Amino acid sequence: MSIAAQFKLAWPGFSLDVDLDLPGRGVTALFGQSGCGKTTLLRCIAGLERGAGRLAINGETWQDAGVFLPTHRRPLGYVFQDARLFAHLDVGRNLDYGRRRAASVNSRGDAAIIELLGLGLLLERLPERLSGGEQQRVAIARALLSAPRLLLLDEPLAALDHARKQEILPYLERLRDELDIPVIYVSHAADEVARLADHLVVMEGGRVAAQGPLAETLARIDLPIRLGEDAGAVFAATVVERDAEWHLARVEFDGGELWVRDSGVAVGRQVRVRILARDVSLANSRHDDVSIMNLLPATVLAHAAEDHPSAILVQLRVGGTKLLARLTRRSAQRLDLAPGREVWVQIKAVALIG
Amino acid sequence: MPSLPNLTADLGAVWLTFRLATVTTALLLLIGTPIAWWLARTRSWWKGPVGAVVALPIVLPPTVIGFYLLLLMGPDGAVGRFTVWAGIGLLPFTFWGLVVASVFYSMPFVVQPIQNAFEAIGERPLEAAATLRAAPLDAFFSVALPLAKPGFLTATILGFAHTVGEFGVVLMIGGNIPDQTRVVSVQIYDHVEALEYAQAHWLAGGMVAFSFLVLLALYTLTGRKAR
Repeated sequence: MSIAAQFKLAWPGFSLDVDLDLPGRGVTALFGQSGCGKTTLLRCIAGLERGAGRLAINGETWQDAGVFLPTHRRPLGYVFQDARLFAHLDVGRNLDYGRRRAASVNSRGDAAIIELLGLGLLLERLPERLSGGEQQRVAIARALLSAPRLLLLDEPLAALDHARKQEILPYLERLRDELDIPVIYVSHAADEVARLADHLVVMEGGRVAAQGPLAETLARIDLPIRLGEDAGAVFAATVVERDAEWHLARVEFDGGELWVRDSGVAVGRQVRVRILARDVSLANSRHDDVSIMNLLPATVLAHAAEDHPSAILVQLRVGGTKLLARLTRRSAQRLDLAPGREVWVQIKAVALIG
Repeated sequence: MPSLPNLTADLGAVWLTFRLATVTTALLLLIGTPIAWWLARTRSWWKGPVGAVVALPIVLPPTVIGFYLLLLMGPDGAVGRFTVWAGIGLLPFTFWGLVVASVFYSMPFVVQPIQNAFEAIGERPLEAAATLRAAPLDAFFSVALPLAKPGFLTATILGFAHTVGEFGVVLMIGGNIPDQTRVVSVQIYDHVEALEYAQAHWLAGGMVAFSFLVLLALYTLTGRKAR
């Protein structure tokens, strides 16, 4: 079960040269600045651009020397940044468009998909009478109803404002948890990637700069791409206790426990935790006289320069989990942070991201 | 009131004009749609020359078009030799000769609105259709055509009205044969030549009213679509 994608393409001022082996299930994020080639790669996978190369999806060859399935013969779903609903058809008939042409019947059931994306009440509306968020939900459902074996999402949230993004993200999370087909998700927003992806491909200048499982790749400090304010670690944890008095929840992860704001997640549930590098500070000894709740023993693994000469990014190991901390270079020197040194991490903010 | 024989001749001219415009518009929609589709989407070097040829009737005097078509379709012209060889006979001074000439003459008024509509639709909805398993021809009929409907409406109305209004080409190709090539505009000319101003008024006034109604319909319909 895997996706093998190899593409070479050269345009004036831009070239794409990638050779990827991606997992055949779960969400893979193609991440990078605009112009890095992530959308072009997605369009190559869909057959909307014709680059030289090879593409096999879970054992089926879609493109190779002498083979090029045109887009309409590739069993994929594609959600464009601008939704691209058919303006002359109402929502119901937009949804029918791909379903009627699909070679196979949808395994999930049509009603379940319409329900999953909350479209029951919109079926008779014309696209022009939908909000941006609703249009994007229809576009996602339309793609899913065509019974795809691969779902491609091209920055589906980029054209939406913050409130609309928050409206769609829970739907995307449900998709991630319930779909049994691979999803490739193009984004330049680190928070979306941290929330949704299982596997991360970082692109820069038409090349793959790094790739691997999400937690591992996000915790790398040697990436040429700088996440800046977005640098941080993401890992899985389990809710083990909810404290009603202080409205806090205790979560357990491979490396210890954290107290987080209680967001209503039930005890026993798996959650994804994100800790930004800028919210982590280090100390040589344990301080209990500070306001910070989450203190954990850690080992320094490595450090790397940051964009600004005053800053430094430190990679730490807490049990089996890697964290990042951003410090000033001066503090790092005062603490004498060398690889192998034992320190205490003080975590100011922890986000549960679904 | 015109006398009875004249009224019959006038009605014959009106009916002929209507038939000519209808046949021409139908043929133009069939021929013009693929041309408009190609012009709207091609990146070929030929786009410029083909577009210019289609637009020529807008700037050329109708007599020029009529003159060359007459030569082409005449006994010594390439088209004329072909039609004689094919057993159709010569086209000038027949109804079908007028149809051929009108198709050329009204071509830009049908092709350009359709081309503009296809260009406005762009590649995006068609890409979406392809990702939903629609083959190119399927996507053309299920997405491009319905979205281009306002363009087709404009093209139909303009093509019809423009054919109704032609005079110079008709005179060159069709001459003045009752019920075969004598359309309303020619009939008006005949009336005026014969100083039958009353009859000329009936037809000319009718043309003004018709043209006004057509344009009114066009602007109300496309105006409503634009909203």
